[in-house]
Amino acid sequence: MRFDKTEISLAAVAIACVLFGFVSPGWLIFLLTIAFAKALVVQGVVMQMRSGLVSFGQGLFYCIGGYTVGMGGQFFGIHDAIAALSLGMLVAIAVAMVLGLLLTRYRDIFFAMLSLAFSMILFGILVKSPGLGSTDGFNVHNWTIFGWAPDGGESSQHTVFTLTVLAGLMIAVLIHRYTKAGIGVICEAVRENEVRVEYLGLSPRWLLYGNYVSAAAVSALGGGLTALATGHVDPEMAYWTTSGEFIFIALLGGLGHVAAPFIAAVVFSVVRTYAIELVPHTWQMILGFTLLGVIVFLPKGLWSLVSRKKAGERA
Amino acid sequence: MTVILETKSLNKEFGAVIAAKDLDVRIAKGEIVGVIGSNGAGKTTFINMVTGYLKPTRGEILFNGKSILGHSPRAITRAGMARSFQVAQLFPEMTVLDNLIVALAAAESPRPSFLSPLRSDKRVARAEDILREFGVENYRDSMVTAVPQGARKLVDIAMALIGNPQMLLLDEPTSGVSMDEKTGLMDTVMNAVRQHGVTVLFVEHDMDVVERYVSRVLAFYSGEIIADGQPSAVLADERVRDLVTGHRPTHKKGNGAS
Ligand SMILES: Nc1ncnc2c1ncn2[C@@H]1O[C@H](COP(=O)(O)OP(=O)(O)OP(=O)(O)O)[C@@H](O)[C@H]1O
Ligand SMILES: [Mg+2]
Repeated sequence: MRFDKTEISLAAVAIACVLFGFVSPGWLIFLLTIAFAKALVVQGVVMQMRSGLVSFGQGLFYCIGGYTVGMGGQFFGIHDAIAALSLGMLVAIAVAMVLGLLLTRYRDIFFAMLSLAFSMILFGILVKSPGLGSTDGFNVHNWTIFGWAPDGGESSQHTVFTLTVLAGLMIAVLIHRYTKAGIGVICEAVRENEVRVEYLGLSPRWLLYGNYVSAAAVSALGGGLTALATGHVDPEMAYWTTSGEFIFIALLGGLGHVAAPFIAAVVFSVVRTYAIELVPHTWQMILGFTLLGVIVFLPKGLWSLVSRKKAGERA
Repeated sequence: MTVILETKSLNKEFGAVIAAKDLDVRIAKGEIVGVIGSNGAGKTTFINMVTGYLKPTRGEILFNGKSILGHSPRAITRAGMARSFQVAQLFPEMTVLDNLIVALAAAESPRPSFLSPLRSDKRVARAEDILREFGVENYRDSMVTAVPQGARKLVDIAMALIGNPQMLLLDEPTSGVSMDEKTGLMDTVMNAVRQHGVTVLFVEHDMDVVERYVSRVLAFYSGEIIADGQPSAVLADERVRDLVTGHRPTHKKGNGAS
């Protein structure tokens, strides 16, 4: 297998992150873990945005990933982190394969609202499930990785961080390839001119379906990692404000590069953390202004700062 | 003679508007047929029905002797019938090269790859050949939005030909192109078409252009075919002179497949 420049850079950054994990304080590791895990969910949103669809319900798969990890450990004796995460992705794929049949018939606001509806249905079900802790959710069982059990606290935190970085690297490389592969490019073509795609003998619906299911798997991985990191899952994961946050981060980063969601997720977490400290009751306002600023000054997201700089260097 | 396309009493009504009325058309393999008719005569509607974009109100459509009525545009494309559009239908935010590469990949397989790159050296080389064949190699790396109308029309037609169709329906290939560019554009297209041995039906308002390339003309008027035959005979037909060529359109409404 050959790796291109982007992939090598991604690997270098990932290794740097893992090393940084050994020296950085616990709170920062935790912040980065959650940010990177959420970035994976955002990757799913971005994959769909490239095809012209805005999912307002990506929290569905975030929640499925999280709850599968939680339930797997609590009820089915699946304590291995990798197995639980993989199972979460499989469940998400299965669900997406069913919902995708209906969703891919819709475009624009109809798709957005319908995807939202499905995630709110899951939210409703979870809230009404006392066995799963209703609105409080439940804690994730202690887990192992390759037979080794981290002894809780810092060692667990550190392990999840490393796991998240490596998972992030793997997904980033895959998405980088996916974007340039037939499905990635032709999904963009569907966004630009669905009629033409159809008249090239392709099925826009099948393409969007494949893309939807792939995005669901990626987002579920983010949900599973979040569950491992926080040690807790609750129905909020499927609530519409959670999905809104993913769209927020997607817009913040832009569609320009596979690294953008990671950067945006970190920026988002930092801004939010400081906003809450600064103005505890109106921190949302700060986020609002941030998004406003990005939309007005950087309509292609934070990544355009990087691509602009690159273009400047070339010129 | 082998009939490649046949329609039987094809009808299309849009509310009170009759856009196609009992169209019985038979086109033989290898024929080059011109379609004339004033604005709103039903030419695009005919192409839209035959390629599966519009469902006829009544009637039957046979392609190579098999019914394609109710088939999707992609199924009909895969069966070997391609089309171009009155307004070029391209991917505006991609380069011309990438437009062709998407078409090449589509022609190879209906299931795109998930991980291997779309832009392979082989496809790039093929696309460059096509760019040269159509004389648009200067626009290789231009975004479609930055490419002039005439070149866009050529790319649109090139994309239709990439799938090696048996039949090609061209909806006003020269619309939006200046008078003096028309024959150049049509020569390019017709050369490419002849090399592929494709049956062609093309809509054209300019009689000089029509006479130059076709052996047969269909004259549409108000959803009906009022004349069908050799160009000289059709152009001499009194009804055609009254209803079609006498009323040359002074301006065109742009509409694509819709
Ligand atoms: N989707 C539609 N809905 C309603 N009416 C339509 C539709 N498409 C076409 N028509 C009507 O059907 C008639 C034939 O239209 P069509 O586009 O086929 O004409 P045309 O011969 O291609 O004309 P032009 O030279 O302007 O392209 C017109 O009266 C048009 O207004
Ligand atoms: Mg027309």
